[in-house]
Amino acid sequence: MSKLKTKESIIDSDIKRKYKLQAEGVKVFYDDFMAIKGIDMSIKANKVTAFIGPSGCGKSTFLRLFNRMNDYVDGFRMEGKITIDGGNIYKKKINVEQLRKQVGMVFQKPNPFPKSIFENVAYGLKIQGIKDKRFLQEKVEESLKQVALWDEVKDGLNKSALALSGGQQQRLCIARTLAVEPSVILMDEPTSALDPLSTAKIEELIYELKKEYTIVIVTHNMQQASRVSDYTAFFYMGELIEYDQTKKIFTNPEKQQTENYITGRFG
Amino acid sequence: MISLEQNKEALNQAGHEMFSLCKKQLENAREAFLNHDSELAEEVLHTENRVNALDLKIDRDCERFIALHNPVASDLRFVLALRKINFDLERVGDHAYGISKYIVEVDTPIAPGQLEKLRFEEMYECALSMLDDITEAYNEEDTKKARKVFKKDKVLNKINIESFKIISEEVQKDPKTIDQYLLLFTVIKKLERIGDLVTNIAEEIIFFREAEVLKHRKKKRAKKD
Repeated sequence: MSKLKTKESIIDSDIKRKYKLQAEGVKVFYDDFMAIKGIDMSIKANKVTAFIGPSGCGKSTFLRLFNRMNDYVDGFRMEGKITIDGGNIYKKKINVEQLRKQVGMVFQKPNPFPKSIFENVAYGLKIQGIKDKRFLQEKVEESLKQVALWDEVKDGLNKSALALSGGQQQRLCIARTLAVEPSVILMDEPTSALDPLSTAKIEELIYELKKEYTIVIVTHNMQQASRVSDYTAFFYMGELIEYDQTKKIFTNPEKQQTENYITGRFG
Repeated sequence: MISLEQNKEALNQAGHEMFSLCKKQLENAREAFLNHDSELAEEVLHTENRVNALDLKIDRDCERFIALHNPVASDLRFVLALRKINFDLERVGDHAYGISKYIVEVDTPIAPGQLEKLRFEEMYECALSMLDDITEAYNEEDTKKARKVFKKDKVLNKINIESFKIISEEVQKDPKTIDQYLLLFTVIKKLERIGDLVTNIAEEIIFFREAEVLKHRKKKRAKKD
């Protein structure tokens, strides 16, 4: 009996390692409107998972469940269970600030604070109470290097972040997210406001970052989903229609609805 | 979206045209060969230019379709399949051209007895019937019809293998017939090759419709015959 228990716990920890994020029977309501209609989904660690679907399909709502960003929306209510590394993040005693440190987010439009480049990246660490200047400097440099922005800004760390280009600002926002050492990065259309060159830089960055982080990205750009993601989930009217390896979704999807969407015949 | 649909349909129509043109070329080459009709053979040689021009057009349009529409899933499979089908059909056209060229260049008609011994007409009929099946399969996007050609290709292969032995025996009996038999042997090889090309086209139609790759998978293909 004890042997069996050991086996089960090994299997259990394997699943936790394999799947970073899991949703079980998740329903989301905004007052009476059901935005997510019962979704089960497991997202693999150190992979890029893309959420695609027409506007209003629930993909951004679903994404924001993983760091409880919907909590602030009026009338929001959730049923079901969301876990990160097996732990329920909607438990009453959960520390939401700690959760958001673990699950960083990058938004559609770059949103640097009206502060210097250095202060932007160090911001998260400072509000955690870290004052050690040397540590902060090292962390800022490390984060800016991770997003390949260091060489471009190292001589002007005290300049305003708002003076950077759109693409640089978005990489700065990613650096700001990385500085607090999350394990998951959620990206909500991170390149929709950027030019093709800046988009390419962010996509290369996503590819590099997945070695250390689990990344979930919402995108309306089909080519981007096929280029950067390992797995793709297609949402429609609050339901998860199909979820599979990206190479399968974009060559031979199982569902006709998915095929119609990715080939642009439906939206 | 309208543009993608329109361009895809235009490509599809060009594909239909290529099937019809190459089929006509092979039929005319047959008539020219069996009746030693050098006028008809000349017509096949002239029409080869149209086949080549259409081949280039389809190739170029497929490239543009990929570049401009970034197709995925069934749209991508369609354009990839059409490109290969076009290539194979153009080769069928080349073989029809080759057969007709012999008629223009060789003065003496082939003796009917030699054709019979080698089951030449049966082989030609089989190749044309395969081309008919595959044209219908393409027009109707019907993979069941496409699969019909796999069995017929085995008939072509059998006649081709047997022909070697027959020709060897006949030439030993009467060495003066060597030129005629060598010519027939070359045409038989072309017909056998046409069978292979039609089989490739069938595989492409199945890939486009069912996303299944049959290339180099003889066993699985045989099961479905």
